[in-house]
Amino acid sequence: MPRRISEYIIESLIKLSGLLVIILVFLLFLFLLKDSLSLFGVYPLGKFLFGRSWLPISEPPRFGVIPLFLGSLYVTVGAIIICVPVGIASAMFIAEVAPKSLKLVLKSLVEILASIPSVVLGFIGIVWLGPALRNVLGLTTGMCGLTGSLLLAFMALPTIITIAEDALVSVPRTYKEAAFGLGATRWQTLWRVILPSASSGIIAGVMLGIGRVIGETMVAMMVTGNSPVIPKSILQPLRTLTATIAGEMGEAVSGSEHYFALFAVGLVLFVITFIINFIADAFLRRARK
Amino acid sequence: MVAEAIIRTIDLNCWFGALTVLKDINLEIYKNEIFGIIGPANSGKTTFLRALNRLNYLNISYQQTGEIFLGEQNIRTLSDNILRKKIGIIFALPQVLPVSIYNNVAYGPKVHGFTGKDTLSQIVETALKKAYLWEEVKDRLSEPAARLSGGQQQRLCIARTLAVEPQVILYDEPCSGLDPISTAKVEDTMQQLKENYTQILVTNNTKQAGRVSERCGFFLMGELVEIGQTPVLFTKPRDKRTDDYISGRFG
Repeated sequence: MPRRISEYIIESLIKLSGLLVIILVFLLFLFLLKDSLSLFGVYPLGKFLFGRSWLPISEPPRFGVIPLFLGSLYVTVGAIIICVPVGIASAMFIAEVAPKSLKLVLKSLVEILASIPSVVLGFIGIVWLGPALRNVLGLTTGMCGLTGSLLLAFMALPTIITIAEDALVSVPRTYKEAAFGLGATRWQTLWRVILPSASSGIIAGVMLGIGRVIGETMVAMMVTGNSPVIPKSILQPLRTLTATIAGEMGEAVSGSEHYFALFAVGLVLFVITFIINFIADAFLRRARK
Repeated sequence: MVAEAIIRTIDLNCWFGALTVLKDINLEIYKNEIFGIIGPANSGKTTFLRALNRLNYLNISYQQTGEIFLGEQNIRTLSDNILRKKIGIIFALPQVLPVSIYNNVAYGPKVHGFTGKDTLSQIVETALKKAYLWEEVKDRLSEPAARLSGGQQQRLCIARTLAVEPQVILYDEPCSGLDPISTAKVEDTMQQLKENYTQILVTNNTKQAGRVSERCGFFLMGELVEIGQTPVLFTKPRDKRTDDYISGRFG
């Protein structure tokens, strides 16, 4: 009997923890939705979603999310273009090419990379990378989308490398032997057999890396120029969704239109990351099959 | 009839780290024969097989001395991929790649740059026919290879090896994971392939070696104890240890 009771208690506790996560996410969503809806009572949803300017303290205020959305999009796409090829190549090198001793060193270095606080990267961006880019590319300011993209790519690399490397290493050894047995070279085996077999895991890693890039606030706020206008190119100052919330929340009067508008921006961010995680999850599930 | 040796090993010694796996193996394998290699576990059979196409070197602790000749050519002079094209291997468990049936067979020709005069689909069809699998799969070439039965998968692996036109095919206990009917089909296939290929069969199943091979070598603890015509080796072995193994006193 006591055994059955302890089984029951443990089972219930596990069930409860699982439920708790679901409830928390759901509550978070409701909370964001409630405050966002307060905005849409006084400010039309269409003007928020498709408005082309973000002027929260002008009279009348304008809360168009498009410049912020484009800011996030530019920075994120830039970061993806940089970090995905580099990340996958590093993972391939660590998993298949590097000798064992080098592999261990590289893996711990990647972990150290993951633990650098983002504010430190932002600092490096302000004092070194931004000015360097300005000089090299002849820009009016180094605080622009590209600086953000580079630093965010750097931040996403550890996630991508770690997960992609795991996926590559867990490709059954038999695939490799079969390919070698047919006379495939190391590169042919890696490119045509191992990489395709690991593709679902690699894509999931990339998606999680992208999620990290979109959600990152500190670096984006420090180096992208804080300019909430529609950027004409990635070389111009811009502002991301996250940086807007972090930068303006302090000055917005609690309960004001501006305050609720920031929650609505949060909701947009929530929906974007939710979609990305959903896609990543779908790939992971396919990988397990 | 003087048989022509296609594979010759001279004083072949192999180690994994400090462990000696093969000692002074001198062996000749003749063209178009099926050569059986029998012996208990850990006697070096698989290592011998994988020494022939250098797959052992995938393990970084592996070392080897002695010479191996393929025809007149020392295999040292051949690159890994050319050597493995000439000497194909079938593993114990069918190692199909996670792609379609067609692409499994087409993979080999593709990695070798596919220079033949035939089209790829002809190569695939010919290889599958030679492996006696064509009739069973011709309508489902685009299905994932993993959906085939174990015996079919093993014959698919044979087809895949045939598609790169090897001279020698190595079998590493090809039927250890198969049921008797699938085993019989694989054995049939081997008999059919004798015309054009030299085949070396490592097996734990002495009966299989008796059924399939023409000559046989008995390996024990890394030594080649005895070699001879299979019927002779099985009925009148010269060495006491061979006799003990074949009659089932140990193994």
